[in-house]
Amino acid sequence: MAGAALARMRNLFTAVMLAGIYSLLSAGLFTVMDAVDVAFTEAAVGAGISTVLFLAALALVGHREKKPVRPALLPLAVVTLTGAVLAWGTIDLPPYGDPSNPVHGPVADHYLLESGHEIGVPNVVTAVLASYRGYDTMGEVAVVFTAVVGVLILLGRGGDGASERPPRPPASALRQSPVQRARAAAAGSGPSRGGAE
Amino acid sequence: MREDLVLRVAAKMMAPFIVVFGLYVHFHGDYGPGGGFQAGVILTAALVLLSLVFGLDAVRRVVPPAFVQACAALGLVVYAGVGFASMALGGSFLGYDVLASYPEKGQHLGILLVEAGVVVTVFGVMTSAFYVFAGRRRQAP
Repeated sequence: MAGAALARMRNLFTAVMLAGIYSLLSAGLFTVMDAVDVAFTEAAVGAGISTVLFLAALALVGHREKKPVRPALLPLAVVTLTGAVLAWGTIDLPPYGDPSNPVHGPVADHYLLESGHEIGVPNVVTAVLASYRGYDTMGEVAVVFTAVVGVLILLGRGGDGASERPPRPPASALRQSPVQRARAAAAGSGPSRGGAE
Repeated sequence: MREDLVLRVAAKMMAPFIVVFGLYVHFHGDYGPGGGFQAGVILTAALVLLSLVFGLDAVRRVVPPAFVQACAALGLVVYAGVGFASMALGGSFLGYDVLASYPEKGQHLGILLVEAGVVVTVFGVMTSAFYVFAGRRRQAP
């Protein structure tokens, strides 16, 4: 229901809040399904930090979505098709909780039975994440690190880097002829220039 | 919000507890739910709360951006370093058995160190992202 409301929303501020609520609800769902570690992550990252980052981005671009110029038929078709394919794919999924599912194969048994004395850590999730699947987790950390390197490259380094950012956009805006400026304003270049004002 | 006495006092009181909770989530990750990712995010949440109430600049003075960016890289180095340390001690990469006198203790130590790396990286990454997003308008000329 939160998802449906989210898709209909045109006020971005409300949309961000609904996305946070949606994350929190999924965290509750994960808790019900006994995946406490996942629920914890979803609540902390999905409902907490990403909401804050969305709000910070909204502070730059304003909280009103632009009215679409024409009905978006092609995107609608793509989304419907993708959704149909995904729904079709779920038919092949093994039934929930069936003991003969592939995930309950020998590897899971090994983790559950042996991690107690192989790793000596009561929380099997931690044992799998940090020890059996240590490579994967290192890859994840590298991915997170790479992501922030990308963010820093795109948005500037923040803080100390204030002087590095060339103050060119406003200067060139002043040098533009009035016609150019009016044209730029008509094209709605406001949000894309976000940082310059 | 900066003039509101209740908010200021409450945020000041909450922040240390949030940090302690983050550390608890990390160090107790072996026994209960939690681990490096969650702990790092919780540490960032403390800074986000403080900067909502006291302003981003105040928080930036206490925890400078260069520091959090270094954190983001340092955690990954710690993680990989544990891997290479276990190699140097004769085990396989990220095979923690050799890190201490007997395998279980080594696993424990290895997991704790590796998760500490995760905490540091996630804290640095999230805080850096928050700094650049939240600080963009303010530092624009």
